[in-house]
Amino acid sequence: MNALFFRLQHRYAPYLFVAPFVILFLTFTLYPIAKSLSLSFYITNGPKSQVFVGWDNFRFLWGDPAFHRAVWNTCTYALTSVFLQLPLSLGLALLLNSRLVKGRNFFRFGFFSPHLVGQVFVAVLFSVVFIPKFGLLNRVLHALVGTAIDTKWLGNPELVMPALVLTSLWMYVGFNMIYFLAALQSVDRELYEAAQVDGAGAFKQFVHVTLPGIRSVAVFVTVLSTIGSFQLFELPYVMLSNTAGPDNSGLTVVMYLFQNGFIAGDLGYASAIGWTLTMGVLVISLAQMRLTGTWKRED
Amino acid sequence: MGWQRFGLHAVLVLCSVVMLTPMVWLIAATIKGPDDLFHYLFFPSPSRFSLYNFRQLFEQIPYVRFMINSLFVAGATVLVQLFFSSLGGFALAKYEFKGKRLIMVLMLTTMMIPAQVMLAPMYELIYAMGLVDSYWGLIIPGAVSVFGMFLFRQSMLDLPDDLLQAGRIDGCTELRLYWDVVLPVQRPMIGAFCLIAFMGSWNNFLWPQIILHSQERFTLPIGLNQMVGLYAQEYGAMMAGTLLAVLPVVLLFFLLQKEFISGLTAGAVKG
Repeated sequence: MNALFFRLQHRYAPYLFVAPFVILFLTFTLYPIAKSLSLSFYITNGPKSQVFVGWDNFRFLWGDPAFHRAVWNTCTYALTSVFLQLPLSLGLALLLNSRLVKGRNFFRFGFFSPHLVGQVFVAVLFSVVFIPKFGLLNRVLHALVGTAIDTKWLGNPELVMPALVLTSLWMYVGFNMIYFLAALQSVDRELYEAAQVDGAGAFKQFVHVTLPGIRSVAVFVTVLSTIGSFQLFELPYVMLSNTAGPDNSGLTVVMYLFQNGFIAGDLGYASAIGWTLTMGVLVISLAQMRLTGTWKRED
Repeated sequence: MGWQRFGLHAVLVLCSVVMLTPMVWLIAATIKGPDDLFHYLFFPSPSRFSLYNFRQLFEQIPYVRFMINSLFVAGATVLVQLFFSSLGGFALAKYEFKGKRLIMVLMLTTMMIPAQVMLAPMYELIYAMGLVDSYWGLIIPGAVSVFGMFLFRQSMLDLPDDLLQAGRIDGCTELRLYWDVVLPVQRPMIGAFCLIAFMGSWNNFLWPQIILHSQERFTLPIGLNQMVGLYAQEYGAMMAGTLLAVLPVVLLFFLLQKEFISGLTAGAVKG
């Protein structure tokens, strides 16, 4: 009897251990995804009233100027994350990885520390950094240029995106640097010595030793930060006092989803936006992995 | 060589100054009175330090209440996520069972799908369960962290099988094995995960904003955001609220920083 119990509990233990994940996955991931697909064919008003409209939500989305604006803003933000922020993170990591650096841990903490301030709190802080006359940014610019600066960073539609990008640089450059630094430190020092013996200069060493050595981490960080960028919401929403900014200049896809679903109450249209976002994110992250050859290496 | 070293450190110091200036400015803003706030760029002379902003903060919004709510929600979320995620990670690392591959694929998919697509049906579901405006509506859907399961699986792969087998011969059930043998040696990963999970819950905004309706249940991000809307000109109080909201995370970070950095990068570098 006892032996039987032992055999059975050994056999079924792993199923028991993953059961919480499976139950939550079915309830709070699989079901909502399927339900949101079906919801996207309805116009709803709150959770109770629903009217079937077929493809109308998607058709309307296709021609919706506010949605176009949201997609444009979100893509701009994502592009700057990948092509501006990640190279800066890698650059900082390369500097910190130099054998000449003293006080590496101090610098690492200094660069990383903004990430300890969560998105909403960063947004509150920077909404004040950007105020026209007395904000930190204009005061610093004033000191550098010599004349008083009165730029309305968050009131000028042209400047809202640059302000957002600046904020996200401050918040994420050091965070992503941590990944690159860990990857650089795991590259075998002997490879560099071998390259030096072969007469490779600093640039050749970077291309032929460093880049291949950090490739898997670089792909990981790129995919994660792309997915994260497409979900941009808190930063502009809180910085722009719960609005989309002048002329929708700070409107993002998730913010548009939130406005439609939870302020206007149309969960159907919100679901159509959500599905469009999901498809976009899946296509882009799969393309990134394919381009960088991640598929071939695994399995 | 000397110049190179000097230039390198000059760049690093410059970058640190750029990164740290907004923080110093934030701290300075909290201890200035209303007349000094924009008069001095950073700190005035210590004789002019004032607690005015903190007094404003506590008078205008139930800040302490928000803080307690946030601590409760984050604490509960961390404990629940820690238990379920490490248990799941253990199964994936140390057992062979049917459907294991499928579960790994589902986990990867979950991480790639933006959670916002589920918002509308999740709201309906939580509404149907009667959990709107309750902390259960925050804690239950997030009870298992997929990221945490990956993290624990990764670090438990290195556990020697002999150790587990020895425990079994001594008559441990699998659950005992997890509790008495596996968890104690996972200390560093547990520390890292606690900080990551705490920050996730502490900064969580969109979902709580959707399901929490009454002000006495608000968490800090929701409460502070509401204050920004209501008292847009109270910059000093807003800064004070931000500073206090960041302190718990900073404290936890200093307690767990070694584990945190290694945990954050372990999965990325190994995988």
